[in-house]
Amino acid sequence: MKDDIKLTKLASCAGCGAKVGAGTLAQLLQDLPVHQDERLLVGFDKSDDASVYKINDTTAIIQTVDFFPPIVDDPRLFGQIAACNAISDVYAMGGEPRLALNVMTVSPELPKDAVHEILRGGYEKAYEANVIITGGHTIQDTEPKYGLSVTGFVHPDKILKNSSAREGDVLILTKPLGIGILTTAAKAGMVSDEVKTRIYAQMAQLNKTARDIMVKYEIHSCTDVTGFSLLGHGYEMAHGSGCTIYLNTSSIPYHPEALEMASMGMIPAGAYRNRDFAESHIQWNSKKNLPLEDILFDPQTSGGLLISVSEEDAQNLLHELQDHMDGVAEIGYVTGQKDASIILI
Amino acid sequence: MIDARGYSCPEPVLMIQAAMKTNENCYEMMVDNRVSVENVTRFANHSGYMVSCEQKGNDFLLTITKSE
Repeated sequence: MKDDIKLTKLASCAGCGAKVGAGTLAQLLQDLPVHQDERLLVGFDKSDDASVYKINDTTAIIQTVDFFPPIVDDPRLFGQIAACNAISDVYAMGGEPRLALNVMTVSPELPKDAVHEILRGGYEKAYEANVIITGGHTIQDTEPKYGLSVTGFVHPDKILKNSSAREGDVLILTKPLGIGILTTAAKAGMVSDEVKTRIYAQMAQLNKTARDIMVKYEIHSCTDVTGFSLLGHGYEMAHGSGCTIYLNTSSIPYHPEALEMASMGMIPAGAYRNRDFAESHIQWNSKKNLPLEDILFDPQTSGGLLISVSEEDAQNLLHELQDHMDGVAEIGYVTGQKDASIILI
Repeated sequence: MIDARGYSCPEPVLMIQAAMKTNENCYEMMVDNRVSVENVTRFANHSGYMVSCEQKGNDFLLTITKSE
């Protein structure tokens, strides 16, 4: 069946690259009526990963939704990746996901067994994350899309916002970059099976392990690096926290094949939207290198966590993460506010 | 001229890549979005060509010339 349908051919843009740009989104949300509620601990004002509402002194509820068009041709793998990506927003808030609803569109070309396989992939990852899918909503559309609305829980004092990094913190990234570029190149038939296997496995990896390890340490801020790229999400963290983030370009992990594919123009449209959004807030103190810039603006699907950890806990956290996962790296640090939100060194 | 209007990436890059198999000194290509301009330019530079871009209404005419 895998050979019969090419899911990505049914989609005009892939994965998190389909996300509306951060700048456009801010405009769309302007001037809309919203109730004030002191129990709403995290809303969309700081562009965080999920909303958080306090139920009582020990429990807050986390809500998020994420869905996108196929990023891979295998329907089951697409379901797994979409579910990992959606559930990740709860992990990025420091929470534990518990319930989910399927969000799905199906196109007339999509066979029934492919729809079933997409759902199977989603249920498998939900199961692995201890999440129960309790229902959902499916409508007809010109292209297929899948994702989840996820509900999770967190102690109100343990919420990890994306806007609470502190001066002196160390930054850790838990998955290598280059996914948007390499999936674009895969669409063009330009990457090897080995690279495909590697990036597909990465996208289908839950951020559960990273979250479960991270919460044992003194974490000040966290976000997952997805459609807005490392520099887009990094900018949101720096700006929201009133800090500057220094990123060491030589220690940022990425799939090495992404460099060549970037220089060959295999760059998704989302990377250019991210550049438009964040470029004016970024200062390059290191030598400029266009393919590397493209990787730093590359939209990630089911990307890793960007963790801002206290300096005292940084090395222990880094080592414990590296003991359990590949591709984890220390990539920079946080200082007081300078001329730019992000400074690349 | 290679007309890549109506195509989104990576198709325009694949179209110029296929065209370059004839190893000519100059190609002209029409695209209709900025992403294609950027990506075709990156590919052409990578392959030893220089690119100049001229806006034609909503489209872009790329002149792709072999570097000396």
